[in-house]
Amino acid sequence: MNTGIKKNDILLIFIVLAVAGLAYFLHSVIGAGGAGSVTVKVNGVIEGVYNLGEDQEIVINEGTNYLVIKNGKADMTKADCPDKLCVNQKAVSKKHESIICLPNKVIVEVNSGEKGEYDAVAN
Amino acid sequence: MMLWRTRTAFLGVFTALALIFSYVETLIPISLGIPGAKLGLANLVIVTALYKMRLQEVYVLSVVRVVLSGLIFGNYISILYSLAGGLLSLTVMAALKKGDRFSVTGISVAGGVFHNIGQLLIAMFIVETFSISYYIPGLLAAGTVTGLMIGILSGQMLKRLVNIQF
Repeated sequence: MNTGIKKNDILLIFIVLAVAGLAYFLHSVIGAGGAGSVTVKVNGVIEGVYNLGEDQEIVINEGTNYLVIKNGKADMTKADCPDKLCVNQKAVSKKHESIICLPNKVIVEVNSGEKGEYDAVAN
Repeated sequence: MMLWRTRTAFLGVFTALALIFSYVETLIPISLGIPGAKLGLANLVIVTALYKMRLQEVYVLSVVRVVLSGLIFGNYISILYSLAGGLLSLTVMAALKKGDRFSVTGISVAGGVFHNIGQLLIAMFIVETFSISYYIPGLLAAGTVTGLMIGILSGQMLKRLVNIQF
């Protein structure tokens, strides 16, 4: 049996990485520009919209998660879920960045600076 | 051609092996900084089995492995994620293997990438948001790297298992 790497393998890896690079590029282009606020959703329902401009501490979902906004960045500091992936994640500030805590179904999303119907088109 | 009960025994041994790999994985505290990204050591067993066992047996192996390791090391949500990732990954790997255009390394890379895609799709469905797509670049890159490592390891395993077919 041939276990050596074939040309198609390299091609496959190249395509996957190209798609990853393209997705990253698109995100950084869309995400550029000043961010205004973060939307906190629990179970798909909006719990609140918070300004990134002012430092504050937000208790989400009756205390399952804590979100701290500081220096224009939002960071999940506490969560009662076992994996703590959302806590270990870096702070978010760019448009369309998000912190997601899957076990508690909590989503923190950065909104774009401007508000209005254009958002839907831009997305 | 092996006896039916011999095949069943081998299936059990492979399941145990995959479970041990899942356990070893929980001992390795690697966080790639991307939610859902992990080494996928148990995939080593699945990829090897893909070349050495019947496809339906590999599916059984994959599902039993995911459910058992989820019950032991995770929770019911993690079973759902792993099941989606595992089944999509296995289906893609089996499809790519048919044409014989890829080596085990390429197939393993595709498996790693689609494992992450499957989990991402389930995550999108569960939390009802598309903003998870922010993780796509990281998950694709992570899937490629882990798939590459598992593929190279599987290649070495298969080299040493040339004359054995389960």
